[in-house]
Amino acid sequence: MSVKKSTSAPERIRLFPARRKFLAGLAGAAGSGCLMALGAGLYAAQSRALAAQALRPPGALPEDRFLAACTRCGLCVRDCPYDMLMLAKPGDGVPTGTPYFIARDKPCEMCEDIPCIKPCPTGALDPALTDIGDARMGLAVLIDQETCLNFLGLRCDVCYRVCPAIDQAITLEKQHNARSDRHAMLLPTVHSTHCTGCGKCEAACVLDEAAIKVLPVSLARGRLGEHYRKGWEEREKHGGSLIGDQLELPVRGLEGKPYGDSRVGDAPAPPAESAPDGIDSGWKP
Amino acid sequence: MSAARPGQDAIARKGWLAAHKWLLLRRISQAGILGLFLAGPWLGIWIVKGNLSSSLTLDVLPLTDPYLLLQMLAAGFAPAAAAVIGALIVAAFYLLLGGRVFCAWVCPVNIIADAAAWGRRRLGIKSSRPPDARARYWLLAGTFVAAAASGALVWEWVNPVSFAHRGLLFGMGAGLWFLATVFFYDLLVAHHGWCGHLCPMGAFYSLLGKTALLRVAAPRRAACDDCMDCFAVCPEPHVIRPALKRAGQESPVILDTLCTTCGRCIDICGQSVFRFTHRFDQRSSP
Repeated sequence: MSVKKSTSAPERIRLFPARRKFLAGLAGAAGSGCLMALGAGLYAAQSRALAAQALRPPGALPEDRFLAACTRCGLCVRDCPYDMLMLAKPGDGVPTGTPYFIARDKPCEMCEDIPCIKPCPTGALDPALTDIGDARMGLAVLIDQETCLNFLGLRCDVCYRVCPAIDQAITLEKQHNARSDRHAMLLPTVHSTHCTGCGKCEAACVLDEAAIKVLPVSLARGRLGEHYRKGWEEREKHGGSLIGDQLELPVRGLEGKPYGDSRVGDAPAPPAESAPDGIDSGWKP
Repeated sequence: MSAARPGQDAIARKGWLAAHKWLLLRRISQAGILGLFLAGPWLGIWIVKGNLSSSLTLDVLPLTDPYLLLQMLAAGFAPAAAAVIGALIVAAFYLLLGGRVFCAWVCPVNIIADAAAWGRRRLGIKSSRPPDARARYWLLAGTFVAAAASGALVWEWVNPVSFAHRGLLFGMGAGLWFLATVFFYDLLVAHHGWCGHLCPMGAFYSLLGKTALLRVAAPRRAACDDCMDCFAVCPEPHVIRPALKRAGQESPVILDTLCTTCGRCIDICGQSVFRFTHRFDQRSSP
């Protein structure tokens, strides 16, 4: 290059207008291209969260991997014989174009041959899932015990009756009804070992707003700390307690309460002497 | 020189039908492909299932968008065989035929872009502030970086091409606003702004066009009367000059990979300068 180093910047612009234009154009192209990619990336990061009531089809990979794997082609939607799957539209609160279903609207019918998995071209719906009973689309949670009719002491039982894994995924657990003090409550209880998250229970719940809801497993489940050991399991494993006999220590300030009752308030008033309560009350219908 | 509306000369010389031949065939191709997809959900005739991202034809032929597959790999997911085979078939097809044949003959956004360009000519909108045409390649690279960084198919959140096609087949929702944005951007802000400057999908398919056999050529370039009609309608006007005016090449074949092979220049030319041919056709007819 014959130009001396001493030429000023405006001088160089004058001398190399073509180079100047080329570099400016290149910078503009790079700027607008990268800016758009960044914008798309940020938007995607913002909106990759899945609405809690949106459930993935059976066999769907964990959500973060699913978003890399799903081409959003809708072949699963097309092959669902019950038309309960949808592809998310922008504004649905579900990553755009991905398949989902809303249990309360139309739950999964749990076809034995799982036809929605078969056409998936990428494996976003895992073909290793061959028994629909092993599907984990979500986990049912009896989320509102204050409105559930069975918790109110009625015998609704609808969620229990419609469950495809009746007596396994949902059982009815008998409890004394302390309010009436003379009836039993049969409480629908979900067991994660069997619940596939099909959503039948939520769809069937007779309340205006379902008291039992199917949530994504990640939302529905707690997780014990890695270091937790269950004493009763360890005892079983080792054929005896590992910490020996336990000492019973006095607890100050809780005198006059039955052992183990650590509630702060006054103890419930003792039953009236005159008329006995509950099953001993002599009440007749 | 023709007046404000290009193509009057061609219509006068060749008749309306011949002056719109490739445009009509292209619309038939676009509508036909969409129709094959729509026949299932609308009429219950299942020839093609899925959408342009991935599809299954007659329950045997899997097709997958190779651009999407590469994003998937960038996001760190190894897809199953059906997607890989499908993407290879599509890639081979466009490598052989011509990368941006997709843009002109298949892509649903082309209809939106063409409508905006037509509106510009009819309304006499001259002002245009397009970004640099190389922005699309940066955006293409950016979509791969974004996929790798986030582990998700980022571009699918905003891609107007899949929005349009998926929307027509599975429900449009708010995606309509994305497409309206593309239309008004092209109409009011930048001439051929989206397809000609920004779309990373078009950029990707142009890279597949290096070996394209199907090309438009200007064998009768000697007859050119400089009416500029072809430049007025061409979605990538800069591709014409080298072949038509021998600017930097002797061959009459339009070799630029950005040519969408739409054939509109063939229609619009009153002198019948252009024709479809293959890549190695060096003939110059008088």
